[in-house]
Amino acid sequence: MNAIDVVNVTKTYRKYARRKQFATLKSAILSGTLVNDLNPEETFNALTGVSFSVRQGCTFGIVGRNGSGKSTALKVVAGITKPTTGTVSVQGRVSALIELGAGFHPEISGRENVFINGIMLGLSKKEITRRFDEIVEFAEIENFIDAPVKTYSSGMYMRLGFAVAIHVDPDVLLIDEVLAVGDEAFTHKCLDKFAEFRRRNKTVLLVTHSLNLVERFCDEALWLNDGRARATGDPRRVVSAYITDVEKQEERHMAEADAKAQAVVDQQSCAAESVDSRAPSPESRIPGTAREAQAVEPPPDMFQATEGRWGSREGEITNVELLGEDGAAAHVFFSGERVEIRLTLKAATPLTDFVVGIGIFNVDGVCAFGTNTNIEELKADRLEGEGRVTFAIDGLDLVAGTYKLDVGLHKLDGYSYDYHRLLYSFRVKSRTQDAGIYRPRHAWAFDGGVSFKERVAGS
Amino acid sequence: MFHNLRALLKYRQLIQAMVARELKARYRGSVLGFFWSFINPLLLLLVYTFVFSYVLPARQPNLDPYALFLFCGILPWTWFASSILESSNTLIAGGNLIKKVLFPAEVLPIVTVLANMVHFLLGLPILIGFLIYYRAPLQLSELVWFPVVVLVQLVLSLGLALIVSSLTVHFRDLKDILSNLVTFWFFATPIIYSMQDAPGLGKTFLNMNPFTHVAVSYQEILFYPGNFGHWKWLVALGVASVALFLVGYYLFDRLRDTFAEEV
Repeated sequence: MNAIDVVNVTKTYRKYARRKQFATLKSAILSGTLVNDLNPEETFNALTGVSFSVRQGCTFGIVGRNGSGKSTALKVVAGITKPTTGTVSVQGRVSALIELGAGFHPEISGRENVFINGIMLGLSKKEITRRFDEIVEFAEIENFIDAPVKTYSSGMYMRLGFAVAIHVDPDVLLIDEVLAVGDEAFTHKCLDKFAEFRRRNKTVLLVTHSLNLVERFCDEALWLNDGRARATGDPRRVVSAYITDVEKQEERHMAEADAKAQAVVDQQSCAAESVDSRAPSPESRIPGTAREAQAVEPPPDMFQATEGRWGSREGEITNVELLGEDGAAAHVFFSGERVEIRLTLKAATPLTDFVVGIGIFNVDGVCAFGTNTNIEELKADRLEGEGRVTFAIDGLDLVAGTYKLDVGLHKLDGYSYDYHRLLYSFRVKSRTQDAGIYRPRHAWAFDGGVSFKERVAGS
Repeated sequence: MFHNLRALLKYRQLIQAMVARELKARYRGSVLGFFWSFINPLLLLLVYTFVFSYVLPARQPNLDPYALFLFCGILPWTWFASSILESSNTLIAGGNLIKKVLFPAEVLPIVTVLANMVHFLLGLPILIGFLIYYRAPLQLSELVWFPVVVLVQLVLSLGLALIVSSLTVHFRDLKDILSNLVTFWFFATPIIYSMQDAPGLGKTFLNMNPFTHVAVSYQEILFYPGNFGHWKWLVALGVASVALFLVGYYLFDRLRDTFAEEV
């Protein structure tokens, strides 16, 4: 039996709420457009033809990016908003955990709020009295239950809201990203309660960004993208399809960002050439243009410097590329993957004194790794015309995160030909959430009295 | 619609709890607490009595004692005016409930009217005190009409509150229009003057104002000697109020689905 049936639901919202639509109240009433006065040009679809059904006793997860319609789907199922077209049917008592403590009144005590909130969620006074101690104990606020809710910390507020909502004992529980309230211990308690729901064959609809949770708890999952269902079915499959898509999108964003950085570099090269060949062109004197950022002198404190480019341009780095394992340009890599950094160098007049350097920084500005040809005892011979330098990293052993790249071409004494500071970025992905910067290849081994069971699922 | 109206009965526990919450929250933290429900109308009465007895003494012999006459009209008017003004904001203020919880929205304006009714009822002891002090000519045959007037006023206020609250969601200007309208309405109702003093055309105008009949009914029952002669008007108003309530509920019901998106 299906507890929730959503058939071909479309939800249309107004984009520009109330601009033209009640020009005057009278005209609206007279022309009979008081209800459903929808102007097609000013609407957008939060959901488009979404269908799914959840069997009784199943836990169903909805994943998707921000603004993909997850919460709207939940509200439609809860009956808080009506679908524009399509049908929704839900069997049994519904409790929606969309915003915790939404009905709390700040001035009155927690005790009174529990009663009123409980009644709002569909309990009778008697039922609340029966469960009251349990609720307070679950929320862990025994000492403050008689204080006005406005004096509560946000954690207490959320916990009390969660406790009431979960004790309504619904047949269908709708949860919107609220399992992450409170500290670790409270989260565990919530998850236990959640598991208990499943055991008692209750239906749960879960909207979350925590993909772990979906893989761990859900029997089925739905991936919404721009209001459309992209995939349904086995949670692991749906989640991995979703992750792949997110990676692709990130790759695109990074590529765009780098394209912009590259454009600045190209523009500066053009400017530099014009500076070399002729007297400074008037445009390059215009303050505030990108060209002005092109300083010849490096900033006084290199490691304080933000993104930018400087140098004399006797030798130039004209292109910077990151190549993945397959040799194609990429910006998102898995930890441990093989990565190549490829620089294209150019010199108008032959150079003999030059050093090529590379630095990798994390988002906090901490240098994860830095080296140059001089440090690695390579003696410069000749740079003439155009050439390529490839810096191959066998295993990109960094923890997950975004990193920025410095590349530089300079003299042995530090005089810069061309220095690109933090202009390029890439992202490292990892299945594990380890800390730090460096992720050495490692393995655990146990013997004697130490043993571990199989992996904890999903963590 | 009638299905929803029946469902309203199911919500009486909720309404009851929310009215209690409203009253508790209102005076929470103030030193005098519930006494403000007595003090507010008393102070208002003092001001009006002072102004109209000493500053602008347009004394009519038939309006003596003036304080008592005034009180018969002002106490119910305060209930009526606050109900309407507050209900214009009640759905917007309760937006969190409508958007985040599965919540019957009509409970909000109803709670507003009922909470103000409780204030009205709390003001009654003062009125009784006045009645005893001035030895008002009360008759039992008249007093039985008193609950009827209260009921008619309740239904009338509920009907208006439903209309006002649902329309304000879409048409926010209504809130400001109302606050001006209510001031005008006060002077267009025989509260500080008596119905008899109105000139011929003014009387017709006053008769079109539904609250005139509520105010006059209170005055006839509590202030004027003689039988309650206004009952025909009151019954007519009662019927009209029920109709207004149904219209209001119908309108509210039609607009219900838009609230979650608009508040």
